[in-house]
Amino acid sequence: MPASGIHPPHFYPDYVSSLKRAPSHPRVSIPQTLSEITGPGFQRHQLKIGADLTAQSGGEPAGQRILLSGRVLDEDGKPVSNTLIEIWQANAAGRYHHAVDQHNAPLDPNFFGKGQLLTDDEGRYQFKTIKPGAYPWLNHPNAWRPAHIHFSLFGPAISTRLVTQMYFPGDPLLPYDPIFNSVRDEAARQRLIARFDWDTTIPEHALGFTFDIVLRGRLETLMENRL
Amino acid sequence: MTASPETDPLLGLAASQTVGPFFQIGFEALYQNDLTVDALKGRLVTIRGQVFDSDKLPVPDAVIEIWQANSFGKYAHPEDQQDKPLDLAFTGFGRCPTDAEGRFGFRTVKPGPVPSSTEIPQAPHINVSIFMRGLLDRLVTRIYFIDEASNRTDEILNLIDPERRPTLLARPIAGESDAYLWNIVLKGRDETVFLDF
Repeated sequence: MPASGIHPPHFYPDYVSSLKRAPSHPRVSIPQTLSEITGPGFQRHQLKIGADLTAQSGGEPAGQRILLSGRVLDEDGKPVSNTLIEIWQANAAGRYHHAVDQHNAPLDPNFFGKGQLLTDDEGRYQFKTIKPGAYPWLNHPNAWRPAHIHFSLFGPAISTRLVTQMYFPGDPLLPYDPIFNSVRDEAARQRLIARFDWDTTIPEHALGFTFDIVLRGRLETLMENRL
Repeated sequence: MTASPETDPLLGLAASQTVGPFFQIGFEALYQNDLTVDALKGRLVTIRGQVFDSDKLPVPDAVIEIWQANSFGKYAHPEDQQDKPLDLAFTGFGRCPTDAEGRFGFRTVKPGPVPSSTEIPQAPHINVSIFMRGLLDRLVTRIYFIDEASNRTDEILNLIDPERRPTLLARPIAGESDAYLWNIVLKGRDETVFLDF
């Protein structure tokens, strides 16, 4: 399957916001040049937010503490080390710390819902946060987004840039969510769901979840384009 | 179906999802619309534009990321092995959200030519990724400069229908030196050419 085959289509009518924003022309395929196989790198001193989202104010945020761990790998299973991950999420009540979010649920003065880190030499990452709540939106009558955390990753090149969302196992809203279901491949959809993990669960403190992320293998793609 | 190493040696990719309406929370710390640094060599330029939807209404909740070479045509990246100078502290990365009128802008240096897959170098260009609510996957495209003669021989521009090619060309803004206008039309008449690689 071509790398782009796993991704959702731009035009997906069940997701109403795509109607006026998804292009109508097919994309133009181009070879990967030096412009595509390079991309921004980030240094530790550029990071301004920590990886512990429960410690960004004087007090403890409300909600279920979770430890979110995983690895970033390429398609060949090689770790993607020293790459930037940015996350953002709603609080435990399902409210984002953002002026546009007018959902009638409480803001939490102790939770901003943002994190940054660089993966380690083995491609590992770990965030501590709280489990986000579901929240309503206006896509269709009585629409609710399942609990999710937004993930942004760069990888080694602009060809590997990815923004995705991580979901939680057993969420009853998943079958009804057009954004989750825009990923048409069943296995790829399941890969967006974190696993509950006893090994990283901290006794009397936080539940552990594991979420591994596979980015496009740049060299593999180069070879395909040369055929 | 079980994956076997012979037929399916690759791990399953993570699928893209939309950034949604609240990306500012996660992206804001690395907003950077001025890429210029002290002692940066080359011609400094401003590129401004607006993002429009299929109704030609401005998109107030998009975020634009750019990636470019320096004025010598050298990327600040280990994969760029060219014997060309780097500008210290110039990263080549920019990120700018659109405002209430769908406007974005970058202050940067005009990039130099970079190698193509043929003998002829690529014309100066800036690589662009576009994210917003409503886009389940990012859109990628390029900014070229309309007053650049080497556009005629650019490998990538020549893959594009000549009628649609102008959507990738930034034009000088009258009465303002070193300023270019480059709009993004997501859908419909004058739709921007988006790329896949």
